[in-house]
Amino acid sequence: MILDQEKLAPENAPTGGPTPEDLAQKKRTAYWKENLSYLVALLAVWFVVSYGCGILFVEQLNNYRIGGAKLGFWFAQQGSIYVFVLLIFVYVYLMNRLDDKYGFGE
Amino acid sequence: MDVQAWTFLIVGLTFLLYIGIAIWARAGSTKEFYVAGGGVHPVANGMATAADWMSAASFISMAGIISFAGYDGSVYLMGWTGGYVLLALLLAPYLRKFGKFTVPDFIGDRYYSNTARTVAVICAIVVSFTYVAGQMRGVGLVFSRFLEVDINTGVYIGTLIVFFYAIMGGMKGITYTQVAQYCVLIFAFMVPAIFISLNMTGNIIPQLGFISEVNDGSGVALLDKLDQLHTDLGFAEYTNGSKSMIDVFAITFALMVGTAGLPHVIVRFFTVPKVKDARISAGWALLFIAILYTTAPAIAAFARTNLIDTMQDKEYTAMPEWFKKWEETGLIAWVDKDGDGAINYAPGAAMEGKPVAQLKDGLPLRGDYGQVMVANAATTTENEVYIDNDIMVLANPEIAGLPNWIIALVAAGGLAAALSTAAGLLLVISTALSRDLMRMQIKPNMSEKEELWWARGGAAMAVIVAAYFGINPPGFVAATVALAFGLAAASFFPAIVLGIFDKRMNRQGAVSGMIVGILLMFGYMAVYKLGWFVDEVPSKDSWWFGISPEGFGTVAMVVNLAVSLVVSRMTPPPPQSVQDIVEDIRIPSGAGEAHDH
Repeated sequence: MILDQEKLAPENAPTGGPTPEDLAQKKRTAYWKENLSYLVALLAVWFVVSYGCGILFVEQLNNYRIGGAKLGFWFAQQGSIYVFVLLIFVYVYLMNRLDDKYGFGE
Repeated sequence: MDVQAWTFLIVGLTFLLYIGIAIWARAGSTKEFYVAGGGVHPVANGMATAADWMSAASFISMAGIISFAGYDGSVYLMGWTGGYVLLALLLAPYLRKFGKFTVPDFIGDRYYSNTARTVAVICAIVVSFTYVAGQMRGVGLVFSRFLEVDINTGVYIGTLIVFFYAIMGGMKGITYTQVAQYCVLIFAFMVPAIFISLNMTGNIIPQLGFISEVNDGSGVALLDKLDQLHTDLGFAEYTNGSKSMIDVFAITFALMVGTAGLPHVIVRFFTVPKVKDARISAGWALLFIAILYTTAPAIAAFARTNLIDTMQDKEYTAMPEWFKKWEETGLIAWVDKDGDGAINYAPGAAMEGKPVAQLKDGLPLRGDYGQVMVANAATTTENEVYIDNDIMVLANPEIAGLPNWIIALVAAGGLAAALSTAAGLLLVISTALSRDLMRMQIKPNMSEKEELWWARGGAAMAVIVAAYFGINPPGFVAATVALAFGLAAASFFPAIVLGIFDKRMNRQGAVSGMIVGILLMFGYMAVYKLGWFVDEVPSKDSWWFGISPEGFGTVAMVVNLAVSLVVSRMTPPPPQSVQDIVEDIRIPSGAGEAHDH
């Protein structure tokens, strides 16, 4: 733990200002906050395509069609699954970018 | 060559392959035994996770269940895939960073308590055993149907194979056999699906055939035709459900959260080298799973349309050969209630229970038209046919008139699905015994070599118990899968998620939450599914909030969350060292290899 924080500290921290530990802590907090905002956004999509389109509003969406299928039914049996797969790959992309931004990559 | 010869050949070859891999990938250390040395490539891990996850039920039964349930079957499709999003976003990267070997490891360390560890061990064992019994049974069923051996003999053969590679190779052997098993099972699932899609819609991709027009020049969409057939026969429309919305919601949610909480799935993410790999391998896993899960509803719709078209109002004597063949195995049965020699398919059960043939001199007794006579009492509905769920996948190649080697391939695919899942579950049980119980609690000073022996012994014992359950399936086996998901949802998921996202969560909160969650889930299941403690299984009307036992995991999970949060806020915060662990797992850098103390 302590070793990690030292590693994260900038090489030449200015004296008198915030200590390297404070800066490292700030960086962690900022990273975590951004991570959480991605999670909220992605999980919102996750909820909408499955519970929204596939269950709660399935009847309304069934008035529309995709190919030969009713849209709500299609979301419940196909569309939601495609979006799930996409969501994970989007998440991986976002998080890798975030890791690089904060220098937390491995 | 006939089907039987092909089946022996293909199944034999795949088994040789699995054993070969097991010898090549045998484990030399506990780390290799528990997490395959932590060096599995993310794509390989994705495939192994997919094979681990997709059981005999996914491969053999799911398409059939959807075929009969229509829209209501969506709960399984969304529930068993959506959980991977939760797993990827909320659990996998953090648990990989935590870097131990098992789920009870995390629970025990994060909640600085051996009580918590023990509760987690018990949950892991109960969840895994309920699940594994079904897999061994599945192995036996596939053997008996395709190789015409006794179900029990099938269970013994399957047990021997799993025994060999799970005990020798541990996680390392299992991982690489699962990669091979994924390839076998997905190929076996896709080939018949593609042929049937071509036959029925002219579209080579089943997922597109699903939303296309039927191939008979009428220009009617397949799903519209199916809805029409359903309405004509008096069924609810295929694309509309008959379950209540709240129950569909609750079941889907319980399955998703349960998936994310299943220990044999979670442990797979300990096997990759980095946090980054844990995230991406969840993506690969879901992609590989989605190939099967988006094909299954297409197969379901094709098979259903095909089946109704083939049977409805046709003379029994005009039925194709597969109809009669599967009749002999008890997967199809026909009672000529009106005595007209034609098949009448309608809603409701045709007979009481599963068909049992009347025997005469050891052979099935035949009726006027050559049909197998069943001993079951006929019901008063107009329906004359019993059709087993499993027929949809098992008989598909024959229905589509595909060559014998493809039929044999389906048998090998079903076995691959059952064996890969069984092996993954057995490993969880063995690890729970050797590491979480022996090493962490009873005998902390034992050498690595000794621990490895405990792990192998645990695996051996687990295989034998699983085989016993496979041969003598407990009466509540139908309820157990739902129970396994419910328990995982009600116990592990909240404890792990709170452990990562709520730094203030402490031992008191997590333990009380888990215990209340499990007891609630177990109690509801016991009363409303099994009818224990009451005179008879209560009717739908008395379900809490209109939620079925299958969906009750959702309620139990919410209660667990609430109890954990309230209790933790009324008790002292966790020690600084534990809060530091939480800080640490939130940052990916420095994960290194899975490490021991």
